[in-house]
Amino acid sequence: MKKRILALTLLVTAVLVLAACATPTAAPAPTTAAQPAQPTAAPQATAGEPYKVGFVTSITGPASSLGIPERDTALMIQDQVNKAGGIKGPDGKMHQMELIVEDDASDASKATLAAKKLVEQDNVAVLIGSSGSPASLAMVETATKNDTPMISMASASQIVNPIADRKWIFKTPQANQPVTAVQLDWLKANNITKVASIGVNNAFGKDSRDAMNEQFKAAGIEILADEVFQPGDKDFTAQLTKIKGLNPQAVIVHATPGEGAPLTVQYHTLGLTAPILHNHGIGNMDFINLAKDAANGVMFPIGKLLVANSLPDSDPQKAVLLKYIADYGAFTNGKAPSSFGGHAWDAVEIALAGLGSVGPDRAKLRDYFENNVKNFVGISGIFNWSPTDHVGIGKESLVLVRIKDGKWEFVPPDQYAAK
Amino acid sequence: MTPDQIFQLLIAGVTIGSIYALIALGFVVIYNVTGVINLAQGEFAMLGALIAITLTSETPLFHRAFVVNLNLPLIIAIALATLLVMGVGALMYLIVIRWARTDSVIIQIIITIGISIALRGIALIAWGTDPFRLSEFSEGPPIQIGNAVLTRQDLWVIGSAFVLMLLLYLFFQRTFIGVSLRACAVNRVAARLMGINVSHMMLLAFALSAGIGALAGIVIAPKTFMGYDTGTYLGLKGFVAAIAIGGLSDERGAIIGGLLLGVLEILAAGLISSGYKDAIAFLVLIAVLFVQTTGILQRGAKREAAGV
Amino acid sequence: MLARYPNLIAFSALTIILALLPLALGNNYQISVLNFIGLNTILTVGLALLMGYAGQVSLGHAVFYGLGGYGAGILAQRTGLPPFATIVGAAIITGLIALLLGIPLLRLRGHYLAVATLGLNVIFLLIATNETDLTGGPNGLAMPTELALGGFTFDTDLKFYFLIWLVTLALLALSLNIVNSRIGRAFRAIHSSEIAAETLGVNTARLKLQVLVLSSMYASIAGSLYAYWIGIVSPSDFSINFSIELVVMVAIGGLASVWGAIFGAAAVTLLIELLRNFLPHLLRGASGEQQIIAFGILLVLIMVLMPEGLTTGTLKYIRKWREKNQVNSQP
Repeated sequence: MKKRILALTLLVTAVLVLAACATPTAAPAPTTAAQPAQPTAAPQATAGEPYKVGFVTSITGPASSLGIPERDTALMIQDQVNKAGGIKGPDGKMHQMELIVEDDASDASKATLAAKKLVEQDNVAVLIGSSGSPASLAMVETATKNDTPMISMASASQIVNPIADRKWIFKTPQANQPVTAVQLDWLKANNITKVASIGVNNAFGKDSRDAMNEQFKAAGIEILADEVFQPGDKDFTAQLTKIKGLNPQAVIVHATPGEGAPLTVQYHTLGLTAPILHNHGIGNMDFINLAKDAANGVMFPIGKLLVANSLPDSDPQKAVLLKYIADYGAFTNGKAPSSFGGHAWDAVEIALAGLGSVGPDRAKLRDYFENNVKNFVGISGIFNWSPTDHVGIGKESLVLVRIKDGKWEFVPPDQYAAK
Repeated sequence: MTPDQIFQLLIAGVTIGSIYALIALGFVVIYNVTGVINLAQGEFAMLGALIAITLTSETPLFHRAFVVNLNLPLIIAIALATLLVMGVGALMYLIVIRWARTDSVIIQIIITIGISIALRGIALIAWGTDPFRLSEFSEGPPIQIGNAVLTRQDLWVIGSAFVLMLLLYLFFQRTFIGVSLRACAVNRVAARLMGINVSHMMLLAFALSAGIGALAGIVIAPKTFMGYDTGTYLGLKGFVAAIAIGGLSDERGAIIGGLLLGVLEILAAGLISSGYKDAIAFLVLIAVLFVQTTGILQRGAKREAAGV
Repeated sequence: MLARYPNLIAFSALTIILALLPLALGNNYQISVLNFIGLNTILTVGLALLMGYAGQVSLGHAVFYGLGGYGAGILAQRTGLPPFATIVGAAIITGLIALLLGIPLLRLRGHYLAVATLGLNVIFLLIATNETDLTGGPNGLAMPTELALGGFTFDTDLKFYFLIWLVTLALLALSLNIVNSRIGRAFRAIHSSEIAAETLGVNTARLKLQVLVLSSMYASIAGSLYAYWIGIVSPSDFSINFSIELVVMVAIGGLASVWGAIFGAAAVTLLIELLRNFLPHLLRGASGEQQIIAFGILLVLIMVLMPEGLTTGTLKYIRKWREKNQVNSQP
């Protein structure tokens, strides 16, 4: 009896210590893993209370490929800010940034509870999150009822609409509509009138497919097939065979790398040759690493992060993008950033700008977001929030990227933009 | 759909069905010997594939704290990965299952769920969220059969499923250890009286099943790719495949169940609705369950007729 | 009659504690955790009746929870019924659906039933995801109104706390009565030996169906309350994962025990929240990854050390410890 408790306890301790060693921490790496948390910094003479930022993200569960880069980006910014002495508040004192990260396990009800904890118990000034649209939508009520500004990192446009009910809610990723608009430009420039579509059957795919159905139909482009697959699916032969039989001039895919990459590989195996247009979901190196040769020629609209190097020096975002790429690489031992991390960067940096200007007052922060976020140069675009627009970036923030020989390639707008 | 297209769907259905069948075989081996329904079976496949990938190609681990760059030949990597995962399976028995003295099937299932959650968390920390790809076993363009195609890896997948099934069948029916293993499942006390060391046999079953899971994961990884959470998906499908036809205790049933599930999914997606393919596959499977358990149905009907 | 007294005492004590608890709690987050425990208790009490007493494993109980959530939302949206009527309406519809599904499904035994119910959950999620016009699709269905009764609106976590726990206690009392009645004894007979029970004149098929309908209606009520409280339901709330989590709660509480159900629901809900709150203090940099590892290992520990569940398990350990002390104290 004792032996078995001992053995199990040892195992628990060993696993957890091992686990803790491996997570990037904002503070310098501790010499031993298991230590009680210490105050982040010794109070300085001019130091004020730390500013609390609540951060809900999907660290585990199906959306973790979004949530982990988001969390790591937020931790990176906290590290930078606090090493530089903190945020200078409106009171003239320096305030440490206290980032409180919660995992929602990609689940809407757990996101609600996490949001309540941050807002009610930790008393954060601003709530950031979550990675997925359903989880963000579930958090909206908590933020609204508690008069707390919230910045979502998810795509669905309902998160900030109708704007009358979403006074406290903002978001940093582009909506799906401008992404579709760029795809449409390319189709028109190439005189394509018949396309087929295949997308993931979840909130992300649904939103993207809705935007496509609306805009393509208005532009007179016929959608021959609107196929879906389940998250986690590994074989797409049925849908692709059907699409092949319809002979579309191009195929639109709405997916993230986990399914988007095998889908693209099977697309080539089955001998489909029509140009393949993805949406912004596949915009990280995983896609190229997984799809390898099959990725060649794939095109998709996305923020400028992936092609930062190819941008003209006059582009106002270029410096910010290159700095983020370098910082993120240093913080994560050389990982390439993804656009998801970019959404977190925009959310956290805008929150910090607000905290620096008006301090941790929730109502003032909201007003600051709505009225003072103008020409904010971020990762996903240049943000202009207003009482009628809580997204603040649109089609202008997107570029069309083509994959060539394992590299992202910038497609100059004059090759496809509306004539 | 043209006959050509339907033929293509059938080929794809057999391939994806073989994937489910491979996972289902692992369920059957453990259940046959120990009576445990091991819901960590998918995690064995995930671990096997990720370890094999780590050994064959440059792989960053633990948030890039280490980069493993061994570039071992595929065959050695497969052997090592399978052995390592067999070790995990053996440890799972030695540290946990052996001490769980309960006959409740539900409690046993929950214990294996707990283990699968922990294994997934460890894999998330070690490999991160990104899926990985294992290179194909044999290079070359896809094979054309009429107007349909299948890849060389698809052949490996289908072949492994059938070979493994055959080997297991022979092992359990024709070898002394195999028969001893089955004896443990049929009657533990009688097996002990016959001089069979039940504990050793159970240890062997866990290791064997973990090894089968690992092999399955490795064979399918070039096609499906593998991430820390792929195992959950595979485990669920394999579980359904293992039960649907063979009732968890028949290797041949696992293969037929897997193939049936795969073909149903693909045909449903191709011919009816891709949005409802899993629903249609499940509806048919539930119908098959009813037909299969007719025996029970008849007995139930008799009981009802008797007025109880 | 005497056998009911411990239940009565425990029940009264629980009611008093629950009535006073909000005074001791600091904020709405803590109240919300209790609300989730209440909702999960309603679910697990129903599931415990089904699993523990009628011996049927369900890996799809989230379906009934979802039918309650979506049912209330859709009824409120389409019929304009008052909110409480939508809760009752959804429960009746759910009960009918359970009845129709149960007639064929309950003929399946053991793991066949487990797979069939799992399939049911898959089918339900696909309908919730695909039928956008009805269910709002993957982004979910926003509740059109707040829960109100004669001018009193349930618009705070605290108001929902009292409502949820009132319902929980009522259903708990109902379940205790059922378990201690003739029907309850029949259930237990089915669980230990179905054939023996039948020989003794118990119509097992009908009884099992009754339990299924009852527990589905419990789940439906919980789902409707959840929907009105949070204001939105989406497919991720009713995942297979959640169905499995419910089975875990029932098992941790102790399979055949109404009281166990409440302990199981509380233990699992609190465990997740405690890990969220305290693990980062124990381990620097601990985050979601470490939380799930710790959760998995604790789950294994509890089930290995206390296969009877926390309630019976703890009692057993206490008894053993006492016996040992008595032996030791005797010279």
